[in-house]
Amino acid sequence: MVRRIFSEVRPRAAYPAVTFDQFLQYIFSGVTSGSVYALTAMGFTLVFNATHVINFSQGQMVMLGGLIGVALHGAGLPLWACFLGAVASVTLLGVVLERVAIRPLLRKGVLAQIIATVGAAFVFETAAMVAWGREAVTLPAFSGDAPIAVGKATIVPQTLWVVGLTAVIVCALQLFYRRSLFGTAIRACAVNPTAARLQGVSYRNVVLFSFAVSGAVSAAAGVMITPISFMSYSSGALLGLKGFAAATLGGLGNPVGAVAGGYLLGVLEALGIGVVSAGYKDAIAFVILLLVLFVRPAGLLGAKVVNRQ
Amino acid sequence: MKESVPRPLLAGLRRHSGYLLFAVVVMTMPAYLNDAYYLSILAFMATRFMMAMGLSLLLGQAGQISLGQATFVGIGAYASAILTTRLAVNPWLAMVVGAVVAALLAGLVGIPTLRLKGYYLAMATLGINEIVHILLVQLKSLTNGTDGISGIPALSVGGLSLGGPKAYHLVVWGIALIMLRFALNLTRSRVGRALRALRRSEPAAESLGVDTSWRKVQVFMLAAVFASIAGSLDAYYVHFVSPESYTITFSIILITGVILGGLGTIWGALWGTLAIVILPELLKRVNEDITNLVFGVLLVVIMVLHKEEGGLTQTLKSRLRRGLRQDGSSASAEER
Repeated sequence: MVRRIFSEVRPRAAYPAVTFDQFLQYIFSGVTSGSVYALTAMGFTLVFNATHVINFSQGQMVMLGGLIGVALHGAGLPLWACFLGAVASVTLLGVVLERVAIRPLLRKGVLAQIIATVGAAFVFETAAMVAWGREAVTLPAFSGDAPIAVGKATIVPQTLWVVGLTAVIVCALQLFYRRSLFGTAIRACAVNPTAARLQGVSYRNVVLFSFAVSGAVSAAAGVMITPISFMSYSSGALLGLKGFAAATLGGLGNPVGAVAGGYLLGVLEALGIGVVSAGYKDAIAFVILLLVLFVRPAGLLGAKVVNRQ
Repeated sequence: MKESVPRPLLAGLRRHSGYLLFAVVVMTMPAYLNDAYYLSILAFMATRFMMAMGLSLLLGQAGQISLGQATFVGIGAYASAILTTRLAVNPWLAMVVGAVVAALLAGLVGIPTLRLKGYYLAMATLGINEIVHILLVQLKSLTNGTDGISGIPALSVGGLSLGGPKAYHLVVWGIALIMLRFALNLTRSRVGRALRALRRSEPAAESLGVDTSWRKVQVFMLAAVFASIAGSLDAYYVHFVSPESYTITFSIILITGVILGGLGTIWGALWGTLAIVILPELLKRVNEDITNLVFGVLLVVIMVLHKEEGGLTQTLKSRLRRGLRQDGSSASAEER
C-alpha cells in the first residue's frame, strides 16, 4: 500500500558525475544569486545594527526595486535611469516606512515590530499586485545577452554586472562606515545607542539613514537580478527569507558575515540544484537556516546578539 | 428552592456563564437556521476559530509569533486527503495522524528557534510555509500538484454520515468548543501563568523554575495541532484540497484576525475570526484585491497606535471583558 503512493518517485541512481565545467557553471550561477542574497542580507544588517529590528519587508523592497525598474523601462527610460529611479524610489519608501511604522515602535518590543513590518510587507506585496498585475516580468540585460565562454562553461554579461555592482556597493558602504564621521557615529549607535547619544549623535537620524540605505541596497539588488531571474509581486517573501538566512549564516549584525553568508548560500544552493533537483532549490536556504540555528546560532563569523529577550 | 442548589455549582455556572451561553447559542443554531449559505459560512468560521485560538495562545499568552500557521492547516488537510483517498484510512484516524505530523514538524522548527529571540521563529515559520507550499506543488505523485486532491470523504460515525450541513455544524462547533474549553483552562492553569510570566521576562520566569524554551515549544506544537485539526475538518467539508489554500498570505490573514480580536483573552480569537470572515465579504464589493492591502494597513496601524496599556487591541479587549467575564487573568495583552 505504502509503495503505491510513492510509485512515481523514481529511485535516483548514484550521484550524477559532475564534470569540472558543470561545476564551474554551478559556481557562476551561485555567485550571481549569492550577490543578491548578500545585498539583501546587507539590508537586514544595516537596519538591525541601528535598531535591533528585523525588517520583514526587506524582501518586498528588493521585489519593489525590480518591479519599479521594469515599470520605468516600460515608460521608455534608458536602463541606467531605471536603475537610479528604482533605487531612489525604494530609498524614499524606506524613509517613509521608518517614519510611519518603525519610529513609533522602537520601544514596543520584538513582537510589535515583527507584526508591523509583516503588515508593511503585506501592503507592499498587494500594492505591487494591484499596480503591476500577477505576471512575472523582466528587464533587458544591462549590456546584451551574448554569453562569454570561460573554458567550456559560459557566463552571461549580466552576471558580471551583478557581481561588479555588488562589489562596488559593498566597498562603498565599507568605506563610508569605516572612514566617514557619520559612518562612525552609526557604528557607535550599533554598539551602544545611549552612549552614542551622549556623545551628541542623533539616534533618530541614524535610524532614518539606515532605513534609507537599506532600501537603496535592496532596490539595487532587485533591479540587477530582474534581467536574470524575472520578478513578480510574490518574489519578495523568498528573497527576504534567503537574505535573512544569509545574514544568519554569516552572523546576524555582522556586515562582513552578511556578504560572506550571501555568497556561501548562493553557491551551496547552486550546488544543491546539481545534486537534488531545481524544484527543491528554494528549500535549500531554509534547511541551511535551520541547521545554523540548531548548531551555531551566532553564525560563522559571530553575531552581535542571538540571545533571548 | 435556591438553597438546594449547591454553592460551588452556582459559582461554577457563573464563572463559566460566558462559555455556556456561547456553547448553547452555537449548538442550537441548526435548529432554526436552514440557510445553506449561512451554515457554510459558520462551518468555515469554526475552523478559522480553531486556527485563531492556537495562534492566540502562542501570541497572546507566550508572546511568540508564527507567520506560517497555514503550513499546519495544510498538513492536516493533506494528511486527511491522502490517507482517506489513497489508503482508505478512517477519516478520524487520518485527522489524528495529521495532527501528530504537524506537532512533530512544529517541534522540529520550534526547538532550535524558540531558544532565540522572537524573530527567529517568525522567519523560520515563514520559511517552512514557503517550503511546504513548494513540496505540495512539487511532490506530484503524492499531492497531485497544483490540481489538488478531490473526492475526500465526509466524516462519519459508525456508518452514520456527518456530511450534511447541520450534522457537520454540530461536529465542527463541538470540536471548536472543546478546544475553546481546553484553551481557556490552559490560560488559567499553572502553564498559562508560566507562559504569561515568560512573555514579560524570560530570565525572571526562568529564575522561578519555568523551563521557558520547552514551554514555548509546547505551545507552538499545540497551536500546530489546533491548525492541523482545523485543516482536516475543512478538507472533509469541501472534499477537496489544493496548495493555493495554504500560502503565507493565509497565515498573515490569520494573524490579522488574532490581532484585531485582541490578544488578552482567548475570546479575542472569536472576534478576530468574525473580522476575517466578514471584512473580506464587505471589501469584495469594492475590490477583491484590496482586502490584503487593508489587512496590511490594519496590522501596521494597530501596532503603531497601541499604547502600553491602551490602544485599539486593548480597547477591544476591555470591551470584551465587560461583555464576557471569562478569563480571570488581568495580564496586559501587549508584550514589551
